[in-house]
Amino acid sequence: MIWAAILASALGCYALKWLGLSVPESVLDRPRVRATAAALPVALLAALAAVQTFADGAGLVLDARVAGVAAGVVALLLRAPFLVVVAVAALTAAGLRAVGVA
Amino acid sequence: MTPGPSSAPPEWDRRRRSVVRDALGVGVATGAYGLSFGAIGVAGGLSVAQTCATSVLMFTGASQFALVGVLAAGGGAPAAAVTAVLLGARNALYGLRLSSLLELTGLRKVVGAQMVIDETTAMCIGHEDDVRARRLAFWATGLAVFTLWNLATLVGALAGTALGDPQTYGLDAAVPAAFLALLWPRLDTPRARWVAVGAAGVALALTPVVPAGLPVMAAAGVAVLAGLTWRDAAT
Repeated sequence: MIWAAILASALGCYALKWLGLSVPESVLDRPRVRATAAALPVALLAALAAVQTFADGAGLVLDARVAGVAAGVVALLLRAPFLVVVAVAALTAAGLRAVGVA
Repeated sequence: MTPGPSSAPPEWDRRRRSVVRDALGVGVATGAYGLSFGAIGVAGGLSVAQTCATSVLMFTGASQFALVGVLAAGGGAPAAAVTAVLLGARNALYGLRLSSLLELTGLRKVVGAQMVIDETTAMCIGHEDDVRARRLAFWATGLAVFTLWNLATLVGALAGTALGDPQTYGLDAAVPAAFLALLWPRLDTPRARWVAVGAAGVALALTPVVPAGLPVMAAAGVAVLAGLTWRDAAT
């Protein structure tokens, strides 16, 4: 199942890259297509971040992940690099669990 | 590549060095993302081989994180693949921009297509005034990022395996933080911020009522809505 997902995603992603290099510019170069393509990563990344922060199966919960992500947001506001943001979030969540707070 | 004249003009020499230096810098910077992806990949239930194959075969960061994120949350392979491919849609627009700048054909197009990503597009467009410079910027950045991204993925995956249970080390909080960090630089307009808030709201509202994986796909509808209601003044 995992290999199928990897191969299908890889094929799809490569096809999109190839498509862009191959089709005439007029086909995709329309304001609404551009606006949708620009909004897609924003919508999907925001949805992924929200779901992975709060979802636990079919329920929504507040646990150590929320504190971890909040710490990550602080790191982002301080213009920390990617790896620092991710590490701060992980260490905050792990630390809270270790002391039994969340 | 045809060999240039024996006495290359010094301006080109300088420019060539600066392009290669920038390309390496971009490669090193993306290596940091690769480390996180490797660790998050194995924490999300992929094997080291699967995590590395993802970086080689997909080679587009946000889509890779999405694939792992949806799989780890129990969203199933179809939802994971659809989300990952939707996130890769922007690469088609990059390709569109690059096709006239690079005019790739044959084997170069087959290899070059895989390298159509955020970083190579930005570097190529940054040097679009000179045909040699923009070609060098694309290929040097593509090679640097491909090499370091995949090396870093392997190192991250091995380190992630050594860490053990993701909950203990907070890697389950690292995943949403990674998505937020990828999202952050895209929130540069009020419109983008509304799309982000709307998409997050739709996904959370649907989480209790539809199977895992679908809420994120449904949130893509917010992007389509934003695209279809596009107005010049509203960008």
